[in-house]
Order: sequence, then structure tokens, then C-alpha cells
Amino acid sequence: MEFFEQLLGPAWPAIWTLAKIVAIVLPLMGLVAYLTLAERKVIGYMQVRIGPNRVGPRGLLQPIADALKLLTKEVIIPSGANKFLFVFAPVMSIMPALAAWAVIPFSPQVVLANIDAGLLYVMAITSMGVYGVIIAGWASNSKYAFLGSLRSAAQIVAYEIAMGFALVGVLMISGSLNLSAIVERQAGSWGALSWNWLPLFPMFLVYLISGVAETNRAPFDVAEGESEIVAGFHVEYSGMAFAIFFLAEYANMILVSTLCAVMFLGGWLSPVPFLPDGFIWFAAKVAVVLFLFLWFRATFPRYRYDQIMRLGWKVFIPVTLIWLVIVGGWMQTPWWPWGQS
Amino acid sequence: MFQTAVFYAFAAILLFAALRVITARNPVHAALFLVLAFATASGLWMLLEAEFLAIALILVYIGAVMVLFLFVVMMLDINIDRLREGYWDYLAPGLAIAGIMVAEMAVVLWGRQFGLISMPAPVPRPADYSNTRELGGLLYTQYVYAFELAAVILLVAIVAAIALTLRRRKDSKFQDPARQVVVRKQDRIRIVTMPAEKRAGGDQ
Repeated sequence: MEFFEQLLGPAWPAIWTLAKIVAIVLPLMGLVAYLTLAERKVIGYMQVRIGPNRVGPRGLLQPIADALKLLTKEVIIPSGANKFLFVFAPVMSIMPALAAWAVIPFSPQVVLANIDAGLLYVMAITSMGVYGVIIAGWASNSKYAFLGSLRSAAQIVAYEIAMGFALVGVLMISGSLNLSAIVERQAGSWGALSWNWLPLFPMFLVYLISGVAETNRAPFDVAEGESEIVAGFHVEYSGMAFAIFFLAEYANMILVSTLCAVMFLGGWLSPVPFLPDGFIWFAAKVAVVLFLFLWFRATFPRYRYDQIMRLGWKVFIPVTLIWLVIVGGWMQTPWWPWGQS
Repeated sequence: MFQTAVFYAFAAILLFAALRVITARNPVHAALFLVLAFATASGLWMLLEAEFLAIALILVYIGAVMVLFLFVVMMLDINIDRLREGYWDYLAPGLAIAGIMVAEMAVVLWGRQFGLISMPAPVPRPADYSNTRELGGLLYTQYVYAFELAAVILLVAIVAAIALTLRRRKDSKFQDPARQVVVRKQDRIRIVTMPAEKRAGGDQ
């Protein structure tokens, strides 16, 4: 490593950071590919089917075949579309999904940028994800796409508020915006019982469900709602442009699961005190939350649009507000068993 | 050196975006240029070591306010020719207001009394220095009354805005979720037992 440092001189820090970014993004892309396979397999078995099983052993090469197929297809730009925005929209949707990974702590020392305002950064970056959907819907110059983007805009604004309040609860308990500090703050002698999910249980549920809504996943997938508006905001997209929306959706799912694991499920901490902490626990927690996402999709029918709005504004926001007051008061009493921050 | 280059690049993009906000013919393009302007301004604040303000600008303005703004603008049916009517009538008052604003800013920025010329550069802090904690401490101790007053004014504004738009139609139909969830099977369906009917004709 010192050899490279001397060889490249002042360019070394930039190249080293780039290498770290590649080391995060490449496995993430692989994970996205195999998450699509996992989704088809899991939902298949839940519906007593086998799922993809023809390409490669037990269908393991299916995502690669899908990627190759999408790469070789033509990207059609509709005649009435705004060309620049039409091409720009997929970029706007994948950018936040990847940029937010900069501050995620994978294990005690492994984090790309250990900045102090990590939580705020994640919230700010993920709030930009909606622009991909809005711009795509508007630039397509299609009624279906436009309806999809309007639905998505209203839904994401509603659920982001509940999500933000749930994270305020995490902030109150941790006393820090730094994600590594938030995880370390959850370490305790009771293993899984010391994690944030227990004192913040209502907020944990609100965060998890809002996460499903934020990523436009079933049962909150009204932005694409096949049976109502064909494919919603990406109805006019084909080939690689469509594939990038697809990548962004799955990368966002993994991101929300990771944030859930970091904020509420103790990140890399071990659930039982006698086993060592490590990255393996982090990966296991992310996998469990991702499985929940797939399970939801296989189980619940799509929400009606007014029910989504009611759930966001009239149920989740009051629940988080009340629980904020309760936790705030509880932390001031001597009966707060999770330690002082 | 590098910072200066970044500053000028951001400043140039900000000026361009701000200019396009008022010159773009399509209102959706104007709104998107405003988003770009906010993002660049946030980058400039980051250069000033104001990380909380920079991130809050993105979170609040780009993540929420502009989304709602676009939501409204996209649904408007705007006739550009009608918008451009009376351009010359509005030009003179518009220029006068712009001139007053430029003069006011010049007084503040160039004035001796405000001492902004000799403003020192912000002290660079290490990455673990919490800007947010400092701001919170100041807001809830030294400036607590002003802060709470601002919060109350905002609350009144929200209540007023909702009250203004609250026009309830007498004949509108709506669902009451509380009543929907207490419905039992007996309330909606009636199961009737009846004997099987004999076929009227012969075999066919």
C-alpha cells in the first residue's frame, strides 16, 4: 500500500476512496441481482410454485440472463417526451440509492465516511429519490406515467414525515447523529434486549412499514399499480433505462433494510452476549428484514390509495409524535433501563 | 486553491440555475432549476462548514417543499402566451423592486457598520465535531423564546391555511374507517336456506 502511495503521490487519497466506493457498489449490484432471484424464488415457494429453475443450476444464473437481455434491448424514447429529462430520470433515481451507502457502518471500523451528521445525510439523500419517479412520469408525456408519478410524490412526502419522526426517537436515545455511535450506543449486557427496537417498538414498526411505502413496494406499490395504471411512472421505459429503475428499487430496499438493522436492530452487535460481534450479524439482520419485504409482497393485497394516505397522515404521524413524548418523559425518570446517553 | 475553484464552480452553477428559474418558459423546468439552485446553495454552505444548514436545506426544500411544488406545477394547465401578456406593463415595477433589493443588499454587504468585509473565514473543525449539537444548544438556551415564538407563529399559519381550505360539502360521501372495521358478517349478508327446486320440464 505504501508503494502505491509513493507511486501516485497526491492523487492517492482520491484513488483509494474510489477503490473503496467500488468495493461497496460492486457487491451491492451483485446483491441486487440475486435479490431479484431470491424474490422470485421466495414468492414462488410461498405460492406453491418452484420459481425460475431453467437457467443454470437451480436457476442460479437467471439474474445474469435477465441483465443481458435488458442490456441488448433498445431504449425507446417516446416522440412527445422531453429527451433530456427522460434519460436523466433513471440517473436521479439510482444516484440517491447508491450515495446513501457512503455513511453506512458495516462493522466497527468499516465505513466509507464516518461523518458526524450521518443520520441527517441519509435522510437528505433518500429524500431525493422521489425526483427520479416524478421526472420520469412527467418527461414520458403519458397519462399513465403521469398518474404514477403524482401518486408517488404524495405518498413519499406523507411517509417521509413519519419516517423522520421515527428517526428522531433513535436520535433521542443515542444522543448522536453518527451511525457508528448509534450502533455502539445499543451495546448492552442483555444482547438483543438492549437494542433500540424494544424502547422504540412503535417507531420500529412505523419505520419498517414506511420503508416499504418509501420504496414503492407492495402493498404500497400504487405508483406502478399494474392493474390500474399499467406500470405507472416507468411505463414508457425499456431496455437499460428500465433496468436502472429496477436496480434503484432493489438497491433502495437493501438500503432501508440496512438502516433498519443499524438504527433499531443493533447493526453488527451480537443478539446474545456470549457470541462475538461482527459483520455476519449485520448481514443476517439485513437479510431478515429483506425477507420481510418479500413476505409482505407475497401476502398483502395492494392498499387503496385513500387508505395509504390515511395510514400515513392519521395513524403513523400521531403514533410517532405520542411515542416521542413518552420516550422523552421516560428517559428523565429513574426507570429508564437502557442507560444514559 | 481547490476550495476556491469549487466555490467559483458552485457559484457559477447557482447563478445560472437561478437565472433559468425566471427565464425558463416551461414552469416544470423552472421548478427543476430551482431544485438545482437549492442543491448548489447547499454545497456552498457546506464549504462554509455549516453542515447542518446545508443538509437541512436539502432535506426540507429539495426533499419536501419542491416535491409539493412540482406536484402542483405539473398539474397546472398553463397557457404560456397568456402568461406573457402584459410583460411590458410589469417590467417597470419589477425593475424598481429588484433595484431596491440590490441596493439593500449592497448596504448590508458593503457597509462599514456591518463589518462583513473583515469577516474571518470559519475555523475548520474535525469530522467528529457536532455542528447540530451546538445549534441545538443555542436554540434551546439562549434563543429559546424567539425559537418558541417562531414555532407558535408557524403553527397559527398552519391552522389558518387549513381553515381557509376547509369547505365541507353537505352531500359528499366519505368512509368512516372506525365503522368499517367493526362491521361483522351478520351486518352485511343474510344466509337463506331454501329447498332445492324441482326441474319443470321432462328430461331435457
